[in-house]
Amino acid sequence: MKAVYTWAFILAIIVFGSAGDVLQAYSMKRVGDLGELRKRHGFFAMLARIFQTPTFFIGIGAMALGFFSLLLALSWADVSLVAPASASLTFMANAFAARVFLKEKVDVRRWIAAACVAAGVALMAI
Amino acid sequence: MNFRRWMILAGVALFSSAGDTVLSAGMKQVGEISLANLFSVFHAVTNPYVLLGIVLLLGFFSCYLTALSWADLTYVLPATSMGYCLVAVFGKIFLHEQVTPLRWLGVFFIAAGVGFVAQSPHNTTHEHTTDEALPADEVRS
Repeated sequence: MKAVYTWAFILAIIVFGSAGDVLQAYSMKRVGDLGELRKRHGFFAMLARIFQTPTFFIGIGAMALGFFSLLLALSWADVSLVAPASASLTFMANAFAARVFLKEKVDVRRWIAAACVAAGVALMAI
Repeated sequence: MNFRRWMILAGVALFSSAGDTVLSAGMKQVGEISLANLFSVFHAVTNPYVLLGIVLLLGFFSCYLTALSWADLTYVLPATSMGYCLVAVFGKIFLHEQVTPLRWLGVFFIAAGVGFVAQSPHNTTHEHTTDEALPADEVRS
């Protein structure tokens, strides 16, 4: 039963973490190039533009839920399982979500890159 | 990709790895926080290393959002994952942590992933332009 709870929380970390990343990416694409915005319209106009984007705050909320799921997962299982499993699977989930929701062209090269980084992160966290 | 954009990607990797390393050093000084007394985590913020770690992670978040404003998520995440390698190097040099051969193999895999993604275009959606994004009557502040 403990293993079921652990993997349920790992799944929650992956889902909320990926949702947070995808929502932040979506928000920033809607806002536009921050460097150009700051140059043309000033720092405060750039900040105002970010804060007028509701998905930015939903993304932060999703990231916060991901963080609390991590804390809960760590109270059930060892960090040596939770950290590599969640970090590496989040990389793959992000590639999938970016393709589906952000319409990014995830070609073979990007899948290989995501898989290499996921494997590397898993190895480093063991 | 111009020089400024490469610097922002480097900033994501550097700020996150430096922030994690400094936070880790700070939390080792603060000591263990039990789940029964979670509010003692606020006391940790008074530690200068923890405070510096938070400032560095704010720098990371600024660079991360800036990068996402002109590059794909599937480009930014692998490209900036060199930060994991830097954490291993910083950990060995500054915190004298043991880095096992398996972790060095992980560093190699991440570097390979960064190499793959660096060859692809940074934006495949071309969804926005800056002029569309901001109303024309917005004044420069």
